Parts: sequence; structure tokens; C-alpha cells
Amino acid sequence: MSELLNNILFLPEAASTFAERVDMLHHFVVGTTMVMSAGVGLAALFMFFRYRRRLPAQATEYVVPTLKTEFLFVSVPLVFFLAWFGIGFRDFTWVTTPPKDAMDVYVMGKQWMWKFAYPEGPNGVNVLHVPANRPVRLLITSRDVLHSFYVPAFRIKQDALPGRYTQIWFEATKPGTYQVLCTEYCGLSHSKMLAEVVVLPQEEYDVWIKDQRRGRLQDRQDALADTSLVPPVARMVEQGQVLAGSEGCLKCHSVDGSKHIGPTFLGMFDRVEKLDDGQDIRVDEAYITQSMMDPGAHLVAGYQNVMPTYQGKLQGPETAAIVEYIKSLRTPNVREGASEGPAYDAIQ
Amino acid sequence: MTPSSSIASPGAAPAHDEHHDHPNYLVDGTTIKSWLLTVDHKRIGLMFLFWVLLFFLVGGIFAMLIRLELLTPGPTIMDAMTYNRTFTLHGLVMIFLFMIPAIPAVFGNFMLPLMLGAKDVAFPRLNLLSLYIYLGGAMLALWGMLNGGLDTGWTFYAPYSTHTTTTVAPVLFGAFIIGFSSIVTGINFIVTVHTMRAPGITWFKMPLFVWAIYATSCIQVLATPVIGLLLVLVTVENLFGFGMFDPARGGDPVLFQHLFWFYSHPAVYIMVLPAFGVMSEIVASFSRKNIFGYRAVAYSSLGIAFVGFFAWGHHMFVSGQSTFVGGLFGVLTMLVGVFTAIKVFNWVGTVYKGAVDFKTPFAYFCGFLFFTVFGGMTGIALGTVSLDVPWHDTYFVVAHFHFIMVGATIMAFLAALHYWFPKMFGRTYHEGWGLVSAALIILGFNATFIPQFLLGNNGMPRRYYEYPERFQALNVASTAGASLLAFGFVIIACYLTYALFYGRAAGKNPWRSKGYEWLTESPPPTHNFVGPQPTYPEEPHFYVDPKKAEVPDAV
Repeated sequence: MSELLNNILFLPEAASTFAERVDMLHHFVVGTTMVMSAGVGLAALFMFFRYRRRLPAQATEYVVPTLKTEFLFVSVPLVFFLAWFGIGFRDFTWVTTPPKDAMDVYVMGKQWMWKFAYPEGPNGVNVLHVPANRPVRLLITSRDVLHSFYVPAFRIKQDALPGRYTQIWFEATKPGTYQVLCTEYCGLSHSKMLAEVVVLPQEEYDVWIKDQRRGRLQDRQDALADTSLVPPVARMVEQGQVLAGSEGCLKCHSVDGSKHIGPTFLGMFDRVEKLDDGQDIRVDEAYITQSMMDPGAHLVAGYQNVMPTYQGKLQGPETAAIVEYIKSLRTPNVREGASEGPAYDAIQ
Repeated sequence: MTPSSSIASPGAAPAHDEHHDHPNYLVDGTTIKSWLLTVDHKRIGLMFLFWVLLFFLVGGIFAMLIRLELLTPGPTIMDAMTYNRTFTLHGLVMIFLFMIPAIPAVFGNFMLPLMLGAKDVAFPRLNLLSLYIYLGGAMLALWGMLNGGLDTGWTFYAPYSTHTTTTVAPVLFGAFIIGFSSIVTGINFIVTVHTMRAPGITWFKMPLFVWAIYATSCIQVLATPVIGLLLVLVTVENLFGFGMFDPARGGDPVLFQHLFWFYSHPAVYIMVLPAFGVMSEIVASFSRKNIFGYRAVAYSSLGIAFVGFFAWGHHMFVSGQSTFVGGLFGVLTMLVGVFTAIKVFNWVGTVYKGAVDFKTPFAYFCGFLFFTVFGGMTGIALGTVSLDVPWHDTYFVVAHFHFIMVGATIMAFLAALHYWFPKMFGRTYHEGWGLVSAALIILGFNATFIPQFLLGNNGMPRRYYEYPERFQALNVASTAGASLLAFGFVIIACYLTYALFYGRAAGKNPWRSKGYEWLTESPPPTHNFVGPQPTYPEEPHFYVDPKKAEVPDAV
């Protein structure tokens, strides 16, 4: 039944958990609309005929609706619209809230290609490999203008914004190759900004990623043998560590838990920080990125607004690498909740 | 001019030959100057008609070029840059130069004073000024289009629009100037409705077309300044690079979208509310019935105008705005749908116990109902938030807004053109050709855009110069439909032009309508009424036999 409807509606294959939810609501809305509007249409056609004009200047009766009729006119559509909205918003919240165990992939759009980077390496252009039946969170940004990451078979779409990270997640249900299209107009070759998602069964994916990383290691060993080759830094964490040093992050942020000009990176990720306006914020990728680009937006209580913006100084992947580096500094020793006192003993 | 200034003393009917002293507005002054410098709302309306039809032709040619290019998956008749410019110009011309002024500036101008029993609008000279502001802006924009053209799409999304090397500045500045024309017309109509109603025409005896134009004018006055500001910001940004939308310098690209849709969503109602108003007149006239639920229809126009201001974020569900805000905009969008549904039910209800005469304007009314119901319901579907995720920026959205915004407006524009043709020119068109071309246009419109709904379902993004081969069949179908549509318009152009010169004299009221605008001569004399101003004891479209007891039949 739903297969038949999908064919009539020209819907592409449904290959993610979200696609199943979207299609269900789609069928509900289309079905109800068709039945209701057929009813209204047939009633109208019947009346056009039944009440056709018989005399050129025919007089008619003065008909007005009762309160009950008006109430029906308002309430029937309202009930249906709100029901659809309820289902739709539930699904939307679901697709914008990635599960905790989701695997992360950084996505960067640029005129006119898609770049994908895994926290543990490798990086790739225009082909994204993911395992089937496992939630994948995409952290999306852009290097230049707006783009939009769209996979019809997964029914997901998210705009890529320069200087910001946005996120969406999916869980592919069937191994196969699915097209990625850019859906935000981005200039001359907008229609050529295509990529693909290759969904592999978990075992094949494990083999693939191991091969990729081994390849990178091999590259590095070759590079050590031949110093003329500059080795690409394979792991984002390592890349982030290098960048944190070279970009000056570590001048103000310690990595050993001590308080300096800025909050320490140690255990920063996922910590709940108290802000200077009294609110609490959980440190996540979005907050870290925002703090790099717009440091004064949410200031942690007890620190001065002295950090310069890294807007335009860091490339998309570099920002991602630093975020991954900070994430790697999570420690089990970090207490949950707000700080209860100074992290060090004050000098007497 | 006060409403009472045109009332003659009772019994002062002119004894001499009326037609000799009071020629109709078309022949009262035949020099070119008497047209170009006229302050007569009817002549200004006609001049607007000429220009909006011309721009509709230009926009239509761009549309056909787009459809031809999309016949094959690869390059067909133009290169990518030309294609990007073509769809931008199609959108710009159709929206800013045709759809926004189409019904208010042409039929609003012509009919509003007639429907209110006034001699003219409140500020006749301002009315003429709005025409020249519109033309000035249009010329600047067209100059920019011919000297390079811009390739941003009509939405000018930053930061692309601030980076592109095409001629953004003159086109956007032209659109900025056109905005003033819209504001001026809006103010003029609001003041006219408040101050120029003839004695007897209370607020709830105003024709529903006037209510719709009133609601539209409120939106024009309140929303247009926002896009004006935004267009200036983008122009300045593009010329001097201030960095307002550039994240590398602390700007925010999403800010652009909020400002843009804060105008451009209500602008959709600037286009469809007048269409709703036209249809309320036509369904009453051709089924010889008072509008079923007059107050519900009038209030829902105001409701749409109000809620329309708070639904803009539904264009941005996947733009990175927060999930909660997405939901909020989704719910508010549903309210717009409810107001529209109230109107649809009341229009259909109007036919109940009526006397339907299936003439060309009524055929367009049927087409209009179809496009409004399906255009509206696809809008509701997009407003459920989760369905918008796959549909956003695909051909589904393109088809949706062509159904509701263009389909409904074109139906109303053509219906109005046929319904008021005798009023404006005193001649009648050929009814048979009218029905044939209406059928062609409704069919052609469906054949163009139903395939586009399916293309969107299938996943084809909008603004694609080349596309994967699996989308070709539906694109060919759409182009075939567009050709049918174009053919329908050619037929209309032919028989209406013929009727303009050789059509049968229509007489005062060929439809036997009881709309207020039909109480005067067709075409009306320059000051709309000869002799004493007509009185308005009955509500508009009151078709009850005076001998019968006036007990409303409640359903």
C-alpha cells in the first residue's frame, strides 16, 4: 500500500529511519486532503448544476450561516491542521536531536563540492561512507556562501552556513549508494554540487575505515622516510592540538585544569558552565564554535571578555579539528554540575 | 475632497443631455498629455494595466526560456550563467512588476472609488505619482538587468548576493524604488476607505473587494519598509562591503533571511488577498447571492493580514534557526490556513440556493477554487515542519507557490479582467473564446505544475541548470504544459484586443450585477457619477425579491 502510494507520488526509495516517519505523515496529509477536497469539489459541482440560473434577473433567497456552521468551518480544518502539525513537529524535533551514541562526521560545503572529515580520519571529497543501522550526526558548515545538504532517500536536509555549525542526524537502513544534492542556490555550478553517501554494512565499513587509516599511516611512514613530502595530519585531534598551539589558544586556555585567562580545556566539553548573566549552558560543539567566532556572546562567569574572534582566521576543518581536540580532553575526574569553588588554592 | 462634496441637492437631476456634458473617462480628453498627467483614478488604473501586462509578457518570456532550457538534462539553449540570470529575472519581473501591483494598482485603483461611491481616491496626485515611481524603479531595474543582469535568484540570499560580481546594485535599488510606489498606493487606499465612503456605506456594507484591498494596503504600508531597508543594506554591502551579513566580520547570513521573509511572506498576501477580494465579488455576482458569511470573509482577510506577519520563519525550517522557533512558526502557519479555509467554505456556500450563470469569470472562479485549495493544502503540508525538511527548496515548493500565489492571482486577474471589461471599456468580449481560453489556461497551469510537485517529491532541487537524468520525463511534461498555458494567453490577447475595438456595446450593467460599482455608467464619466450621487440603501449583492419578506434563511 505505502509502496504503491510512494510510486504514485514519485517518492524516491526510503532508506533511513526518518524517511519512514516522513512518508507516513505525507500519506496521511495527502490522503485526507484528497478526500476532503473531493467532497468540497463535488458539493460545489452539484450546486453549480442544481442552482443553475433559470431567469436572467432571477431573485434568490437571503441565506446566512448559523453560528454552528461557522464553528464547523473553523474547527474542522483547525483540528486536522493541528494534528498534522503535532505529528510533524514531533518528527522534526526527533531529527534535530541526535542520539548520544551517534557517530560524528564533519561536513563542509564550498563552491562547488562537499568535504567530509571523520574525527579519527580520513578526510574525503564528495563521497561519504557511513555504516548502516547506526546513527550518524553531521556537523555542517560552509566555507563561502550558503549551501544545503540534501539526501532525498534519507529525506534529510540542512543548510550549511559560513561561520556556524548546524547539525542533523540520520540512520541509514539499507546499504547502497545515495545521491547528495545542494539545495541552496550557490552560484554558477550549483546544479553540479553533487556528492554521494555510500552506506556499507557495519563489517564492511569497519574494514573500509581501517584500510583508510592504514593508508594514512603508510603515508606518514613514507613521509618520514622522504622528508620532502609534507605529511597531512591524519587525526583531527592531533591536527587540533597543533592548531591550538599555533593559533594561540593555549596562551590563555590551559589543558591541565588550572585557571588562566580563559577556562581550561580539560574536561570543558559537555561541562555545564555558569554564564555571567546567571544562566547555565552545556558546552557542546555549537557553543565552542560560537565562542571561537563570537567570544563575547556567552561569557563564562568569572572571566573577562578579552578573547579575539577567530572569524575568518580559521578554516572550517581547522575549527572542527580544535573542537575535536577539546572533546578529546574529557576526563572522568571532572565533576558534574557547576563549579563549587576555585580549582586551585589561592595564594595566602 | 470630502465624501459629501459630491452630493447634489435632491431633485437636481440634470435636464440637459448628459452624454454631451459628461463624456466617459475614455474620451474626456484625447491628447497624450491628458493621459500622462491625468489624476483620474480610472485612467491611472488603465495605464497600470498597460504596464503590468507588458511586464507579464516579459516575465512570461523568461518563464518559457526556463522551461525550454530544462527540456534536457544537459545544456539546451543557454549556458549556466544565462540560465541563472533568466530565473532571477523571471522571479523579479513577475513578483515586483506584475503580481504585487497587478490587482491593487489596476482594479483596486479603478474600482475602489466606484465601490465606495466616491469621485476619486483620497489623494489623486499621489496616485499618479505612484505610477511614475513604479515606472522609474522598473526602468532602473531593467537597465541593470540588460547591463549584466543579476544571478542571485529573486530572494537575493546573502552572502552570495553580496559577493556575486553581477549587477546587484541597480536592480536592487530599482526594487527599492518600486517599494515606495507600493507604500504610496497603500496609504492612498487606506485613507480612501476611511474617509471617502458615501453615506449609506458603513464598514460592514463595503464590498468584500474593498475589504481585501484594505487588508492588502495595511500589509503594504507596514511590511514594504522592511524590504526597502534590506535592499539598501544588500546594495551597500555589495558596493562597499560593510560586512553585515558576512560571518568573517561578525555579520550573520541568517539575519538576511529573517529580514527578507519578514516582508516577503506578507508579500504573498499582498498578492493573494486582492485575488480573494475579486473572487468574493464574482461568486456573488454570478450566483446572484449575498456572500455566505460576509463578516467571516471580511474578518478573515484582516486575520490573514495580521497572522501573515508572524509566519515568516516557515521559510527557514532548515536554515539553522532553533527547533522551538521552527515549531512556533509552524503553528502560526496553520492559522493562516484556517482563515483561508473559512473563505473557501463561504465561497462554496454562496452558491447554495443561488442562480449560477457559468460565464468566463465564473470558470476562472472554479480554477481559482482548485488552485487555492491545493496550493493552500500543500502549504499546510509544508507547515507541518517535518515534511518541509525533504521538500524545502525543491520543485515541490516551486509548484506550491505557483499554485497558491500565481495560480490564484492569475485566475483572479483574468476573472477581473473579463468581469470588469465592460465596466472599463464599455464593450463585451466573445463569451465562447473566453470559456475556451479559460479551460486551456486552467489545464495548462495544472499540466505545468503538477509534474513539478512530483519532481519535488522525487527530489529535484530548484534553480538547477542541469539535472540528473531521472528527472527528465517530468520536466518534459512540465514544459509541454507551459506551452499550453502560453497558447491560452495568446488567445486571450487576441480576442480581448479585438473586443477593445470592435466588441459589442455592453450597456450599463451586462451582468445584471448588484455590486456597487455597477450603479454608474459603463464606462463611467470622469467624475464617476452624473447628477446626484447614488444612494446605497441596500448592501452590495442583494438579490432578494423585494416583494418577499426579508427573513434571512439561516443554514
